Amino acid sequence: MKFVTAIIKPFKLDEVREALSAIGVQGVTVTEVKGFGRQKGHTELYRGAEYVVDFLPKVKIEAAVRTDQVEQVIEAIEKSASTGKIGDGKIFVYDLEQVVRIRTGETGDEAL
Amino acid sequence: MKHVFALLALVGAVAFGAPAWAEETTVAPAATAVAAPTGMSGMAGMAGMSGMTAEAAPAAAPAPVVNKGDNAWIMVCAALVILMSIPGLALFYGGLVRSKNMLSVLMQVFTIFSLITVLWVVYGYSAAFTEGNAFFGVLDKLFLKGVTPDSVGATFSKGVVISELAFVIFQGAFAAITCGLIVGAFAERAKFSAILVFMVIWFTLSYIPMAHMVWYWAGPDAYTDAAAAEAAGATAGFLFQKGALDFAGGTVVHINAAIAGLVGAYMVGKRTGLGNVAMAPHSLTFTMIGASLLWFGWFGFNAGSALEASGGAALAMVNTWVATACAALSWMFAEWIFKGKPSMLGAASGAVAGLVAITPAAGFVGVMGAIIIGLLAGVVCLWGVNGLKKLLGADDSLDVFGIHGVGGILGAILTGVFVDPALGGTGVYDYVANKVGDFDMTTQVISQLWGVGTVIVWSGVVSIVAFKLVDIVIGLRVPADEEREGLDVTSHGETAYHH
Repeated sequence: MKFVTAIIKPFKLDEVREALSAIGVQGVTVTEVKGFGRQKGHTELYRGAEYVVDFLPKVKIEAAVRTDQVEQVIEAIEKSASTGKIGDGKIFVYDLEQVVRIRTGETGDEAL
Repeated sequence: MKHVFALLALVGAVAFGAPAWAEETTVAPAATAVAAPTGMSGMAGMAGMSGMTAEAAPAAAPAPVVNKGDNAWIMVCAALVILMSIPGLALFYGGLVRSKNMLSVLMQVFTIFSLITVLWVVYGYSAAFTEGNAFFGVLDKLFLKGVTPDSVGATFSKGVVISELAFVIFQGAFAAITCGLIVGAFAERAKFSAILVFMVIWFTLSYIPMAHMVWYWAGPDAYTDAAAAEAAGATAGFLFQKGALDFAGGTVVHINAAIAGLVGAYMVGKRTGLGNVAMAPHSLTFTMIGASLLWFGWFGFNAGSALEASGGAALAMVNTWVATACAALSWMFAEWIFKGKPSMLGAASGAVAGLVAITPAAGFVGVMGAIIIGLLAGVVCLWGVNGLKKLLGADDSLDVFGIHGVGGILGAILTGVFVDPALGGTGVYDYVANKVGDFDMTTQVISQLWGVGTVIVWSGVVSIVAFKLVDIVIGLRVPADEEREGLDVTSHGETAYHH
């Protein structure tokens, strides 16, 4: 099993969710986060006072998927989250040791 | 706890000591009284009530009957002015601070509103709006003694009166918002108890005398002939006698509060981390709502200052509407040109600048005059919060001086220009001749400068002394670690938002 984490632009969340549902991903966890990458921050101006905003708002999506699904998942996120402009985000993939469904006690692929 | 006792002692000393001094001074001859330059025609924007109560009317003449339309209008306007403080000003300011200080600002404005309300009926109204010397009234109406539902007060028309109680609440709402305005200058670091004690002192020694100086007069009915006008004029406030025009409070409210704010910003000191820590506004949505409520309430503030539901009130209302729109646009366009983007905060700030600048002029200038005042206010106040702010070097957190001080001074001077009938203004009414008097712009502008200069010096001196006193007794600032954590939790034990 693999654990996929993607940092994306907030307004792309709905498209990404639809793309993942379409390829059979059963569940995702979404968190509003802040951070910076190559996009860096931007400056805001309030009555002449300039503030550099280092951390930009992003959305973090986490999904646990079967190993055979992972390429498809990566492709789906890549396509749906892309605008072609700097700041589109990143996808991180980890090995996942174990998953347990709390209600039934199922484990592994069964629990996904 | 020892601070609380010190605080109570100070409040007591000020509340009962200062008016007593005012009372003593009333027995002295009004040495500073001088004749107004344009005869006794100086309509200063608001009429004082003393001498206009029913029992003071000549025995032979029938007691004037309250005009119910005017009365209804003034009561509605009083409620509108209260809406400006809470929630208008509170939200306007609240949105501009960091989220950890939101409640502290709301609390300061809310509490000051309540505090000044109480002080107003206890001694404020009496000390401001009774016949005393040129600077203070007397304490005859302490606790509103003798002010009954039958008491009446003058308007700007002979023989037309309103309920004195309606005037009491209308004027009380002005006093409350004036004190509330000041807190923006030292938001995010001042100690709550220090603010409250300062307000008691400043209200007593700066707001009350300024209101008396600018607005107190015997009312139009006293101006029957030249001799009577001279006698009545000698009882009016200092700046009223100088002929300074202030329709709804450019000097009394805005410059007065702005100077106190600026002095406070210097004496409280800069916010910890200024320049290193981001101090961007936490919710311009609230700021926009607040600015809009201020605009709405300001119709009561300015148009209500006509004290009658008259054509003059309608003129003030239209000017309040138009000048504000002009200032919102001119600030926005200036920002767009010089800073790259038209901002919501810019538009909202411009609107408030326009409201401030049109306040002294509202019932005196024509609509074209209002347009020019508004357009200038937006641009000049934008400079006030940028170039001038850097020159002054004070951390006036929410730009009380840049907007209320600069806009107030601009409006006060331009009132003297655009009141000119040749420029579409109303001119200055001569209550002896019962017509608009001859107008001389130079004389009028000099009168306006008297108003501006007096309020700057008076409020400046009172503020320096008051802040110093409070600093010695309880300290002006919260400790730096409390400031970093935010005043909501450390001063008030609650948070505005639960994330």
